[in-house]
Amino acid sequence: MVKYIAKRLLISVLTIWAIATVCFFLLRLLPGNPFILKDPLHMKNAERMMAYYGLDRPLLEQYASYMWNLLHLDFGYSLTYIGRSVNDVIATYFPITAQLGLQALLVGIPLGMLLGVLSAVFRGGKLDYTCQITTILLTALPSFVLAALLQLLFCVKLKWFPASQWLSFKHTILPTFILSIGIISSHCRSMRTLMLEVGKQDYLKTAKAKGISKFRMVFFHQIRNAILPMITNLGMEIAGALMGSYIIEKAFSIPGLGSYFVTSITGLDYTMTLGLVVFQSVLVVFANFLVDLLYGVVDPRVRIQ
Amino acid sequence: MNTTTEAIKAASPMEEEALDFTPLTEAERSKIQQPQRPSTRYWPEVWNRLRHNPMAVFCMVLMLIIILLAIFVPIFSPYEFDATSLMEKKQGPSAAHWFGTDSAGRDIFTRVWMGTRTSLVIGFLGALLPYMLGMIIGAISGWVGGRVDMIIMRIVDIMLCIPSMIYMILILIVMGGNAFSLIVALAISGWMGSARAFRGRILQFKNREFVLAARTLGATPIRIIFHYILPNILGNMAVGLCSAIPGAIFAEAGMSYIGLGINPPATSLGQLATDGMKYFMTQFHVFIFPSLVIFLIIFALYMFGNALRDALDPRLRNEDFVIRRFRREKRRHRAERRVRA
Repeated sequence: MVKYIAKRLLISVLTIWAIATVCFFLLRLLPGNPFILKDPLHMKNAERMMAYYGLDRPLLEQYASYMWNLLHLDFGYSLTYIGRSVNDVIATYFPITAQLGLQALLVGIPLGMLLGVLSAVFRGGKLDYTCQITTILLTALPSFVLAALLQLLFCVKLKWFPASQWLSFKHTILPTFILSIGIISSHCRSMRTLMLEVGKQDYLKTAKAKGISKFRMVFFHQIRNAILPMITNLGMEIAGALMGSYIIEKAFSIPGLGSYFVTSITGLDYTMTLGLVVFQSVLVVFANFLVDLLYGVVDPRVRIQ
Repeated sequence: MNTTTEAIKAASPMEEEALDFTPLTEAERSKIQQPQRPSTRYWPEVWNRLRHNPMAVFCMVLMLIIILLAIFVPIFSPYEFDATSLMEKKQGPSAAHWFGTDSAGRDIFTRVWMGTRTSLVIGFLGALLPYMLGMIIGAISGWVGGRVDMIIMRIVDIMLCIPSMIYMILILIVMGGNAFSLIVALAISGWMGSARAFRGRILQFKNREFVLAARTLGATPIRIIFHYILPNILGNMAVGLCSAIPGAIFAEAGMSYIGLGINPPATSLGQLATDGMKYFMTQFHVFIFPSLVIFLIIFALYMFGNALRDALDPRLRNEDFVIRRFRREKRRHRAERRVRA
């Protein structure tokens, strides 16, 4: 077990290194220069800024120093926001994005699974159809359109929630709902399919023949086995939700990481983009790592191998 | 003897017939020997099942109407989609302008169907291209195996960890905002999932008997993949594509919302919806019509994907119907018991 964990850790670190390297060179392939964009008249100024940030040195040398700093968990300084370090930006805005993502996950995963289980148990019934059609109806609109419509209904007409910003729990309800819709519908759909698939297995027939109650069969036999494949995707989902959605953050003017991510790429803010990408990949890789470990705990068959 | 017959009589639903031991006549025998259900092949049967699903038919008709409108409205409309007319700006829906006009006096009806054209092209190609790319890479990875497989899968792992937004934005910045670069961006950021899925499929079928037989007869790998393995997974691929098209259309809309979509004067549904959002409170029609068309397209595709998935699975044949009939019977029994009690 220790050997397995050590091996997985090593692979995780290597993956993060590979991502940082690929992105480092990918970003430098972009045409243009981070300082000229803002100030087309002052070539001299831009050159001085390039020298100040060490961007005039050979690329490999920059790469080496970037990696050395990365080892010390230092993501460097932003090129756009003078005097602001990427670590600072992450520390300030990540909690907001993470809160939104976690709330959406906490609402979305249990609700989605519950609906999936119910629509599998009452398959072909009214509940099943309502579930399928509502999830499709809600996911059939781009999230910014849905956000605008909900804002119009709940914030302007009914005045139940504030339309934007991120100040209290009330502000979080609408964005959480919109972010969780996708999670609910995907979980509902896959849980339903998995439950039906498990329902065809022989061990369930045996259990039924032995006369256990329907409740026991669904909760202790069917759900336990149907949940296993869903855990595989959990890592990606958690990491994705923690990084939030730029579109929803923009629609509700939430001060999260998303806007920094997009503006840094379009504004050629190399260090900011790289820092955020590396930060996200660390989240993804370690979430996957934890999920793999969890898989061994939940499924005894994996442990033996 | 007599009691046993009684018991059989009581248990058997067929009663008299079950005890009729006279030999069958020729006509009766040929009637029994006829198959219960006409034999069909797989794809005609799938089509048959789709045809009898009202939801699937509705979605197909809806998609057809949308596609026809997207093709013909920009051709036959009296207005150009990018022609401004300051005399007619900010009008609501009327007989002259069915969906009204925007703040520059452009006819929204024409613009919406022009945008639908772009969005549909991006949707179909942006879903198909990454699928094909992933298929080829996944097939190589699964078929060759060994070190090649390991390297390709590591690349997939790494690329999956990098947020897809970064590829999209990078490619759009370098290649400019047009439909072609959006499709390329979608292909480059979206092939990993299908590569992984297709590799799994190849591994699943690689060691099956029919593939082994084809191999022994000297079929080339390409022939085996296309003639022997592909037909087995075509259904799954079709369902996957149906749900990938909405993804591509959404990606285009999202990019437009960020401000990196199709450059004007060309237009797309995402861009129209984003533009309309600026006048959201005063001119609702500018915003709602493009959004409505997106909604209809995505809804039709999702529903059709669902119906297709059910139609493709022979195990699901009539299963819903049987379950529903079973429930109805159960309800009737209960009602009868209540009446008796």
